[in-house]
Amino acid sequence: MPLETIIAAVMTAALIIYALLGGADYGGGVWDLLASGKRAPAQRALIAQAIGPVWEANHVWLILVLVILFTAFPPAFAAISIALHIPLTLLLIGIVLRGTTFTFRAHDAQRDDVQRRWSLLFSIASIITPLLLGVVLGAIASGTIKLENGVVVSGFLRSWLAPFPIAVGFFALSLFAFLAAVYLTVEASEDELQEDFRLRALIAGITVGILALIVFLLAGTGAPTVRAGISRSWWALGLHLFTAVFAVGAFYGLWSRKYRLARICAAAQVTLILVGWALAQFPYLVEPDMTIYSVAAPRATLQLLVIALAAGVLVLFPSYYYLFRIFKGEASTPASSAGRNLT
Amino acid sequence: MNDLLAARSQMAMSLAFHIVFAAIGIAMPLLMIIAEWQWLRTKDEVYLALAKRWAKGTAILFAVGAVSGTVLSFELGLLWPGFMRYGGAIIGMPFSLEGFAFFTEAIFLGVYLYGWNRVPPRAHLFAGMMVAVSGALSGIFVVIANAWMNTPTGFHIVDGKPVDIDPLAAMLNPAAFAQTLHMTLAAYAATGFVVAGIHAFMLRSDANNRFHKSALAIALTVGGVAAILQPLTGDLLAKMVAKNLPVKLAALEGQFATEKGAPLRIGGIPDEGAGVTRYAIQIPYGLSILAYDDPNATVKGLNDFPATERPPVAIVHVSFQIMVACGMAMMGVAALAAWRYWRARRKKSNAWLASKWFLRALVLAAPLGFVGIETGWVVTEVGRQPWIIYGVMRTAEAVTPVPGLIVPFITFTLLYIFLAAITVWLLLRQVAASPQAFGSDAQEVKVAA
Repeated sequence: MPLETIIAAVMTAALIIYALLGGADYGGGVWDLLASGKRAPAQRALIAQAIGPVWEANHVWLILVLVILFTAFPPAFAAISIALHIPLTLLLIGIVLRGTTFTFRAHDAQRDDVQRRWSLLFSIASIITPLLLGVVLGAIASGTIKLENGVVVSGFLRSWLAPFPIAVGFFALSLFAFLAAVYLTVEASEDELQEDFRLRALIAGITVGILALIVFLLAGTGAPTVRAGISRSWWALGLHLFTAVFAVGAFYGLWSRKYRLARICAAAQVTLILVGWALAQFPYLVEPDMTIYSVAAPRATLQLLVIALAAGVLVLFPSYYYLFRIFKGEASTPASSAGRNLT
Repeated sequence: MNDLLAARSQMAMSLAFHIVFAAIGIAMPLLMIIAEWQWLRTKDEVYLALAKRWAKGTAILFAVGAVSGTVLSFELGLLWPGFMRYGGAIIGMPFSLEGFAFFTEAIFLGVYLYGWNRVPPRAHLFAGMMVAVSGALSGIFVVIANAWMNTPTGFHIVDGKPVDIDPLAAMLNPAAFAQTLHMTLAAYAATGFVVAGIHAFMLRSDANNRFHKSALAIALTVGGVAAILQPLTGDLLAKMVAKNLPVKLAALEGQFATEKGAPLRIGGIPDEGAGVTRYAIQIPYGLSILAYDDPNATVKGLNDFPATERPPVAIVHVSFQIMVACGMAMMGVAALAAWRYWRARRKKSNAWLASKWFLRALVLAAPLGFVGIETGWVVTEVGRQPWIIYGVMRTAEAVTPVPGLIVPFITFTLLYIFLAAITVWLLLRQVAASPQAFGSDAQEVKVAA
């Protein structure tokens, strides 16, 4: 396999993991805003507890996507940064506000009015950030970033301020909210809280389905290459079939309160959606002017990057496993961790 | 304000903001693990309270540092796409390695901050060590990338395009070693002095509080050792600049005429119109000796460089003087502290901190490290102008074609002012809350002792 393909695959994998983990952290912010009923404080506490120890590590997957992009495919990074300057800047503001307000809330006075103010900022930032992330990815997929002699000629608005990228933005938001609600059913330790997030997950799941259909329809004119890929490629049918199986599996898991099954199925469903997009766009990075082969860095850089990625993963995965075992594993439920404290 | 100036201002503001959090992120974990290690060694609860208190502050600062660092990595493309298109393949490698170091840092910081009751004490200390090591590595990788902008290596230029790219040779550029050493020590010195200054301030009204005494001892040991070593790395860096970046040396020393046996100028204001540096104290042969180890060495002056290749002299020279002055003052305070500690030890006393004047000096010295870091980066960055990659690409060639860059500049400035205000406010809340909380800690300790 060419080095370009390997690196592009790693970049896609990092983006998928970012969606599965970092995305769910944003989804938590959505449910913070929509917390309701007499258990609203408990819902918010569960969300904060779920996000707290992991959001900073989860956030680094996005940084990894970025550094791989600019090391291995520098002209594509430059073109995307120019054409999507505005949504990327707004995305950054969202990232900054989400992370800081979450931390400020945890460390400020525990008075209700103070906490509510930070919660509002945190949850709004958690909503606009995935929206903009979706808009950016939608714009890249749409094939409307045009270059002539390496210069972006499609302007600074046209490629992203369009129905298709905006629909992708809402689709990303709904996926992240869906993932968060499903994960929270597993992480909640009380039945009533589980029921709250079960209902939310079911509603979000239906929203995902509706938005997926809208995105697919808009792709007809909004992103013709990707649309052709996901409708006519040899792998398309199999992919849709598996995605559908996992979507049904997630619903079945939620419906019958088999939450761990629902979690696996929901994650697999989101993974396949992103894999489908990546395959449909392959080998274009910025369609139609840049493929991963035409804008790749020289071989020496790619070789070294592959070595660095392999070595980095060797450090990363055990550390990540350790983090999640501590905070997301069986032992992380309050009862058993309290037991451990006594020993 | 034109777009180039707006882009430069936004980058400068983003870096100036982030470097504070980055430096604290490098040094604070070291202070925390020293305290925690002392706790494991002595079982003295005051050290555990200290590690936990410092960890709380670090949690806020790390979050702001993580997101402001993200802003910078995007801004490489948002503001300087020309630079990234040209240099991404050459210098992306240290950024990729930094990505993994940052990953390790974030993962183990999560374990450290939230894992007090979830992992065994030794595993917790190990997590802190991982944060300290990966934090330092993160900083080193990023500074390597900056060093490459000063002394670009690892490629040849054919028809205006880089060929024969060797990312390892780029990472091992001539400036990398001295710059990373200087910045890493600066992070420990600046953070150590700020923390020592805060605890010295608290001790002025609460002289017997063991919590603050222990805190001050740890912070000042780390900061003081770094401050005493720092002039050595500064000398190494200055010699590297003299060899590889003669125009920058001339600018930071305010040297206009080419001169044999050039004097070292302390202070002074360069007058670019007249081509002289006025009001400086001159030490004969000083610059020639410092830069080339030879009192009769010739130092090339700014006048011998074309006007289009000179950096703005006044700001570079004055910033350099401020940085050196801060460093010297910190070294002095560190030496004074070492002497006071040594004298007290000889008298078998613990009273090395029992002096209002000494505590006042520590409070006054608290911000000097960060003033030094900020002015030092002004020297590095403004001193490289008009180049973004020295001798290869001008800053004006690298800037994005996107218009109206003043809008994001103002937006990020306001956002960062807001974040800075809230961060300071939250940290002050914690400091203000400490006397009550630690009064009891100190008492418990007394009873136990």
